[in-house]
Amino acid sequence: MSRLTDAHVTLAKEIIGRYPRPKSALVPLLHLAQEQDGYITRDAMVHIGQLVGVTSAEVYGTATFYEMFKFEPVGKYVVNICGTMSCALMGSEELMHHAEKRLGIKAGGTTADGMFTLEHAECQAACTEAPCLQVNYRYRYRLTPADLDQLIDDLSSERLTHEIPPHGTVAKVRQHIPPHLGVGAVEPELVTESPVWLDSKAAL
Amino acid sequence: MTSTYSHAPGFIAGDRPKIVTSRFEHADSHTLERFVATGGYLGLRAALSRPAQSVHDDVKSATVLGRGGAGFPAGVKWGLTPQGVWPRYLVVNGDESEPGTYKDRLLMERDPHQLIEGCLIACYAAGLSHCFLYVRGEMAVAQERIAEALNEAYAAGYVGKNILGSDFSLDIVLHWGAGAYVVGEETALIESLEGNRGMPRLKPPYFPAANGLYGQPTIVNNVETLANLPWLMTNGVDAYTAIGTKTSPGTRMVAVSGHVVRPGVFEIVNGTTTFRDLIYGEEFCGGIRGNNALKAFVPGGGSAPWFTSDQLDLPFEASQVGAAGSMLGSGAIIVMDETTDIPAAALTLTRFYAHESCGKCTPCREGVTWLERILSRVVDGKGTETDLAQLIEVGESICPGDFPHASNEALGLSAVPFPYKMTTICFVGPSAYVPVHSALTLFRSEFEARITKRTMINVTAVSVPA
Repeated sequence: MSRLTDAHVTLAKEIIGRYPRPKSALVPLLHLAQEQDGYITRDAMVHIGQLVGVTSAEVYGTATFYEMFKFEPVGKYVVNICGTMSCALMGSEELMHHAEKRLGIKAGGTTADGMFTLEHAECQAACTEAPCLQVNYRYRYRLTPADLDQLIDDLSSERLTHEIPPHGTVAKVRQHIPPHLGVGAVEPELVTESPVWLDSKAAL
Repeated sequence: MTSTYSHAPGFIAGDRPKIVTSRFEHADSHTLERFVATGGYLGLRAALSRPAQSVHDDVKSATVLGRGGAGFPAGVKWGLTPQGVWPRYLVVNGDESEPGTYKDRLLMERDPHQLIEGCLIACYAAGLSHCFLYVRGEMAVAQERIAEALNEAYAAGYVGKNILGSDFSLDIVLHWGAGAYVVGEETALIESLEGNRGMPRLKPPYFPAANGLYGQPTIVNNVETLANLPWLMTNGVDAYTAIGTKTSPGTRMVAVSGHVVRPGVFEIVNGTTTFRDLIYGEEFCGGIRGNNALKAFVPGGGSAPWFTSDQLDLPFEASQVGAAGSMLGSGAIIVMDETTDIPAAALTLTRFYAHESCGKCTPCREGVTWLERILSRVVDGKGTETDLAQLIEVGESICPGDFPHASNEALGLSAVPFPYKMTTICFVGPSAYVPVHSALTLFRSEFEARITKRTMINVTAVSVPA
């Protein structure tokens, strides 16, 4: 049950500073908490509420709307098998049955060793590459049951750690706006005039 | 001539005009170095050398249609902001999640600088002073590519204070979601960006251009729409409108998935390419797998009413497809061959929308759940005679009146044109009814057979594997 670490608080403040209103940073900060602990803890939600200036109930309200946020521990690798039309037409149900058998769990479950959570996912925007899945939001395309077995073997023996971070980390690269290069966020109430370039004959 | 690039999975190039995919052939197309070496940021320079209003006028006269689903002209949308109200914002809709759709993710992963350049041109032209680039939460690589590209672009002076030494200044902020289809609806996207549950806002106002992010005028544009702007600025309106038709100029990204020989994402000439070209053409999908017959296809993403072979010769053009009873939506075709179990296939879409209903509007929250449950039991062979009528009744509570569908010669049906009336704020509810209505209208006997047999059918496959 942890609040954000000092390093993450620094990062959180940088993210909050990019928005005209701090609450806009809520979803990115919840991702940060999930990256830290693998799921969203109660303490993290309280802490994020303090950082953003809203109640922890509001943080909880927002967090629970979004499917990627987990409120209890999940596997190190969350395997999302797509089941929407394009994938279903190309055999995703068979793939799901195979995954359930191989991992010994039903969709929605987590293996006893805490390595895998299996989920039925909806369309992942890889419809031409059906059936597809994501492991911690990294794609695998046109999978046969044998491909799935290989993937699970590789993940079990930690052969893919260079590509696939543990659950919680989504993007491994972050945006940084160096203060001397950025314009900076301004509260909307403080802007009353049109942008300067609109009235010039040309900006360059 | 036609090739698949291993670094752009699914994308199939061809000997056709390329407006948004010109760099996909390069494995390093996402880097600033490659971007600048291949004409990158020239469109921005061209824009900045002219008054903002004239850039806006060009986008209007080129009729750059929105590529997100509604097909509204971008230049007109930008003009809907109220006079004298500041600040105005740009929110980029990169929350691609319509079933069948795969194009914005490719554009974000393969050419993030092109999108950034499009954002810069839009903000310059329409006087938008802050840009938020909202990428779908599940798209880790797209987020990484855009973060890298923005970091490079800031360092090189393309984004930030006094861009290229001009008086144009803009911050572009990468924002990322956390999994919710409904957030692709523009007012829900804004709610999500404000840190709230991503539920659509009550309408009117119909356009966030009047009242959007933080209550300010806000333009929400799709990724592909913005990706068109650099080419338009570099090559001019005449070159742009020379491609495609008068009502649908330029190109479009289209993903064709399902039972075709070669599923893929194509940049096609807008308005003239037909569904037959796309499904059967050698330069496109090369026909149905195993020479099977075509049973049905979804012409414009999961929310679009279905077509059959009767509609194959329609061009990819909004007004003709609308009159024929469907929509082009987000550029996504899903092909079903003769082996497809139609009730089971329809269920995969209805289940999607039932899963994604945000719960704000009662007809959707309750009705879509009902649709899924009733359809489920019919598919499982546990349906009763009243179930089919009940599906229609529930559908009519979401969409009263005539519901759009295609014509069908064999069934003696004439088309009911798009759109439909709806009792919900957004399109999630009606979209759940679309597959039910299309499947029941065109393939009713398959449902009836399911019910009269009254046997437990163990569904393991939606179609027979190739």
